[in-house]
Amino acid sequence: MKYMLLITQGEWFANGNQADRDKAMEGVVEWWGKQFASGKMVGGQQLQPPETATTVVIERGKYALLDRPLMEAKEAIGGFGILDVADIDEALAIVETMPAPDCKVEVRPILERPR
Amino acid sequence: MNVRANSQPYALLERVFREEAGRLTASLVRLLGDFDFAEELVADAVVAALERWPRDGVPERPASWLFTTARRKGLDRLRRETIYRKKLELLAALPQDPPREADDRLRLIFTCCHPVLAREAQVALTLRAVCGLTTQEIARAFLVHEHTLAKRIARAKHKLVSSGVPYRVPRPDELGSRLGEVLTVIYLVFNEGYVATTGEAPIRRDLARDAEWLASLLCRLMPDEPEPIGLLALVRLHLARWPARLDATGHLVLLEHQDRSLWDHRAISQAVALIERAATFRRPGRYQIEAMIAALHSEAPSWEATDWPQVMALYSVLARIDSSPVVALSRAIACRYVDGPAAALADVDGLSDQLREYHLFHATRAALLRELGRFDEAAREDALALALTRNTGERALLEERLADRGRS
Repeated sequence: MKYMLLITQGEWFANGNQADRDKAMEGVVEWWGKQFASGKMVGGQQLQPPETATTVVIERGKYALLDRPLMEAKEAIGGFGILDVADIDEALAIVETMPAPDCKVEVRPILERPR
Repeated sequence: MNVRANSQPYALLERVFREEAGRLTASLVRLLGDFDFAEELVADAVVAALERWPRDGVPERPASWLFTTARRKGLDRLRRETIYRKKLELLAALPQDPPREADDRLRLIFTCCHPVLAREAQVALTLRAVCGLTTQEIARAFLVHEHTLAKRIARAKHKLVSSGVPYRVPRPDELGSRLGEVLTVIYLVFNEGYVATTGEAPIRRDLARDAEWLASLLCRLMPDEPEPIGLLALVRLHLARWPARLDATGHLVLLEHQDRSLWDHRAISQAVALIERAATFRRPGRYQIEAMIAALHSEAPSWEATDWPQVMALYSVLARIDSSPVVALSRAIACRYVDGPAAALADVDGLSDQLREYHLFHATRAALLRELGRFDEAAREDALALALTRNTGERALLEERLADRGRS
């Protein structure tokens, strides 16, 4: 099964000091490398900071642009990943090893339609 | 099908449901590979049995009756809904008789208590799928609208299915935390029955009995784990003291004032034997410790003659496993009888930040302040406690205390 990981930008990343951030980032980058190498992480990217986001609102066929991200600042998405594993237990076990000092990760099953 | 004459007492029906409905759900989930579908089939069969059995008697082989009915109901349903061709094939491939060789209920229990579900969903689903309670019975027990409860269960089943929760017993490395989830669910069911948090009847015995049954089932299915034995002993010790918990007018009687001759002393010694059996594993845990504390109370000839130093020592051990302020509060209550009310009050006061919304915190403070002769402060604490509980029995007790003071 495939799971989408929606990862918030942790406090450590948004507001931590440079030295701590660099040190934590090293661990996080290594973790991602390991997950891609195992073949279980089949996609994923880090995103530019939330203040670079543009939100498109579509209503009755018309659209408007908002100069901000969809989520509130404290839950702003910092990156995403796609896991391809046997079941939710395996997905959660992997996510729980992520070495970020703080963040939230939404683990959502991807709806797979028969082709 | 052969049917025994005359209707059977409801207790028998209940026992058969608990054993057979859960067992049937558990094997159908495995055979069909579809939690949601299996659970609906059994629910249909249970409803049919509830209509038929009180009228016609319990069938000689209740498991076969439920299995055949579930199968037939499923076929009827699927024939009407032609889009479910694959499910129909699965169902048609089922054997004629229920499989008896394997007991799949352990997988069912762990699946219903999977950590991806919120606690209230785990509780509702366990009662429905493992204990075979109907949606209506669960809704009544928790005083929620049946519609709300049905939605809660439907959402939980949908989540289990769509998020890829595996139907299995956790591996040894996961077992500790996963077993903890199951024990918490059973303990919550028990507590809901023992001290109902809402509603008119202060004690709901049926849920407490369901919890006892679940704990004993878990002990049978996991004979090598001491914590389920600890939980079973804890539940049985509370049940043994049950007859003394309400007075003639239906008011809750605190442990301190209970008539101990009303306790079931045979049940108490049996529960103590369970604790001793659990202890032979040499793997203590929170439920074993709580059971030991309950045993000290149950075996004491009076409140005053309780082995308080030992109670306090056990709470200290428990506090190392569970840092919750409620445990610290219990330890402080024991401290009252070891080091006196002033020392206990100091401990209790240290918890005010964490427990200011908890009625027993204020009730405990009130009792200690009263002992220290600080009556005005005690009355204020009683009023705060009263404002914070919805349980009718506890309310009555607190109201009485405030009224007594008014009279004196």
